[in-house]
Amino acid sequence: MTLRSQMTAEKNWAGQTMVTADHMLFEAPREKHFMTGSEVVKEAMKRCTVDASVSYPITPQSEAAHLIGELWAEGYIGTYFRGENEFGVMSEVAGCAMAGARTVTTTSGPGTLRAMENFPMWAGTRIPCQLILMARGINSPLTIQPDNLEVSFMLETGCMIWYAENVQELFDMTIAAFIVAEKPDVHVPIVTVVDGFFVSHTRESVMLPADDIALFPYDPYAAPLPPIDSEMPPGRFLRDPFVMKSNYISYATHASWQWEVRSAAERSRPYAKHFLKGLVHSVGDEDAEVVFVSCGTASHQSKEANRELTKLGIKSKVVKLRTIRPFPTAELLEATKNAKYIFVPEFNVTGWLHNEVLQALYGKSEATVVGKPRVAGGMSMPVEVILKEVGNFVKIEQGA
Amino acid sequence: MSVDIYKINPEFRSIMPKDIIDLEDNATWHATAEKNRGISDLTDKKEILEEHSLCAGCPEAAALRYILTALPIPEDTIIVNSTGCTSLMFPHIALHTVHSLFGNQNAVASGIKRTLDWRFPDTIKDVIVLAGDGATIDIGLDYTLQSFFRQEKITTICFDNEVYANTGGQESGSTPKGQVFKMAPKGKVFDKVPMWELAVTSGCQYSVKLTASAPKKVAKVLREAVLIARELGPTYIHLYTPCILEIGLAANEGLWEMKEQDKDRFDSFRYVSPEAEEYLKECKAKGIL
Repeated sequence: MTLRSQMTAEKNWAGQTMVTADHMLFEAPREKHFMTGSEVVKEAMKRCTVDASVSYPITPQSEAAHLIGELWAEGYIGTYFRGENEFGVMSEVAGCAMAGARTVTTTSGPGTLRAMENFPMWAGTRIPCQLILMARGINSPLTIQPDNLEVSFMLETGCMIWYAENVQELFDMTIAAFIVAEKPDVHVPIVTVVDGFFVSHTRESVMLPADDIALFPYDPYAAPLPPIDSEMPPGRFLRDPFVMKSNYISYATHASWQWEVRSAAERSRPYAKHFLKGLVHSVGDEDAEVVFVSCGTASHQSKEANRELTKLGIKSKVVKLRTIRPFPTAELLEATKNAKYIFVPEFNVTGWLHNEVLQALYGKSEATVVGKPRVAGGMSMPVEVILKEVGNFVKIEQGA
Repeated sequence: MSVDIYKINPEFRSIMPKDIIDLEDNATWHATAEKNRGISDLTDKKEILEEHSLCAGCPEAAALRYILTALPIPEDTIIVNSTGCTSLMFPHIALHTVHSLFGNQNAVASGIKRTLDWRFPDTIKDVIVLAGDGATIDIGLDYTLQSFFRQEKITTICFDNEVYANTGGQESGSTPKGQVFKMAPKGKVFDKVPMWELAVTSGCQYSVKLTASAPKKVAKVLREAVLIARELGPTYIHLYTPCILEIGLAANEGLWEMKEQDKDRFDSFRYVSPEAEEYLKECKAKGIL
C-alpha cells in the first residue's frame, strides 16, 4: 500500500524524483512515443504527484478516467474511486480539493451539464482542481459525437479554461494546469479541454520526459483559504449567516467575492504565458489579410487551409487560442492587427468562439469577422469547407 | 492536529473578542478535557456554537448544541452541511465546516474523508454530515445512499423537521402522509420516506431514529455513531427537530411536540450491526463511550 509518508525531500510517494514544472516541461530530455489522448492523460498524471481522482464513465473520456485509476492501482495516485454520477463526482472532487488534495477528474458532454452546478461552486470555493474535458455533443437525440458546444456552458463559471489542439499539447497543458491553478495568487479551478475522439482517440507521435520524474506535491498551506483539515484555525469569517441577511455588508461581500474569483483567474495570465509559451500561437504569414482564429481541432484544420491557400498564392495566418478563460484579448488584437477577414471555424452550431472574438475586437478592429464554417453533431471539418468560406470573400483560382 | 490551533497569539490576545478567548480558556476539547465530553458541559463550559440565528425555541438549535457538545474530538472533526435552516447555524460553529451545495453533502464529505485518510493516515479525523430532510432524503438521496453503498466512514445526521421550512413550508419526502403543506394543498399523498430503514438496507453499520427530546440520549447516539463510523463504516442518525413555526406551535412547545412523537412517528428505531455491537462493547471497556 502506498503511503504519503513514504515521500522524502527528493522522492514522492511513488519513488519518482521530484522536479520543478520548468524542468518537467522545458528541460528534461524527451523521447518519442506513439499514443492516444487518453493514454497521454495517464502519462501526464503519472508525472504530477496527484493526491486524488474521482471518475465516472462517459464516452469519450472513459478510457482516460480508468487509466487514471490504473495509476492509483500502481501507487502513483493517493486515492481514487468511481463516483455515482457527474454531479456527485464533481462534489467529491470538491471535497478532495478542499481537504488539501491535488485533484483531477475528467468528463464529457452530458456529464459536464449534469455536473454544472458544481463548477461555479468550485470557483467560489477557490479550489485548484483540474477537470480534463473531452468535448462531445450534448443535444437530443442522443449523440456521442465530437462537438464542443458544452464549452460555452463553462465560460462564465469562474473556472479557467485552456484548450489543447493535439495529444502533445494535452500532455504539456495538463501538467502546466496544476501549477498555474495552484499559484496562491490564482488558486481557482482549471478546465483543460480537448475535442473528444479527435484527440482522445487519435494516436499521434508525442515527446515525453522520462516517467521517473514528477512534480513537487501541492502545498495546501500556501492556499489563500485554509484547507478543510482541522490543521489550521478555521476560517470563521462569517459571524452572520451568509444568506438571508438583507444588508449592504452581505451584498458587498458576495459581490466582491465574485469579482475576486474572476480577478484570480486574470492573475493567471503571466504564469500561463510562461508555461504555455504564449496565450495564442500564430502560424502563417504575419501580414496576411486572411486570418483564422480558432482553438482545438479547428486550429489543426485551419492550418491545413493555410497550407492550401499558400499553394494558391493567398497569404493567410492561423491564430490558435490556447486560453479561453482568461480570454487573450490583447494577444488576439496584436495577432489580427493586419487582418482584413477573420474566420472563426468551430465545432458547434452556436458559434460561441465567434461571439468571444467579436466581443474582444469590438470597436478595435476594422476586419470583417466571419463566424464560419461551423460544423456540429460529429461532422468533420474538411479543408474544402474552410476554403469555400474564404472564397466568399477572397477570389480563389480553382485547380491550383 | 491538536487544540493548539485554537490558541491565540499572545500579542493579539488583548484585541480578540471574548468568544474567541473563551474557546481557548473554557471550551472542552478532547485534548484538554478530563473526562469524555458531554451534555453536562453545557452548564458551565464554552460551547463550540457561539450563538444561533434560528427562530426562538427552534428544536434544531437545541439539537445542534447537544451534538456539538458530545463530539468525541471536536478539534479533529469536520462537519459538512447543506442548504436549509441548518446552514444558518453553521457560520457560528468554531470548527472546520463546509457548506457546498444543496444535496451534495455526502459526496463532499466522501471526498474530504478519503483525502484526510490519505494525508493523515495516523490521525483520527472524524467527518460528519449534518443536513435537513430535504437535503438528505429528497434532492440529495442519491448521494446519501451512494455514500452508504461505498461504505464511506462518515456519520450522517438528518435533522428531520418534516418540511422545507427555510423556503416557507413546502412538503418534503419526509412529511407524513395526509399533511397539508404548500405544494401539497390537498395533503401529502404518499408515506413518509423511511430513511432510517433505507440506511440499514444500504449498508449503514448503525441507524437510529429518535427525537431531540432527551439531550443525553442524543449525545449518546452521536458518540456511538461517530466511533463506529471511524472504524467500521457509515452510520446514520435520524433526528426529529420539528419546525414549530410551520406546524403552528409556540416557542415553548417544541419539547412537548418531540415528547409526543417519541411515542408516534419517531418511536425508537435502533439498528446496530453485529460488528458494531462488538465494537461498542470494546469502546465501553476502554472508557471512550
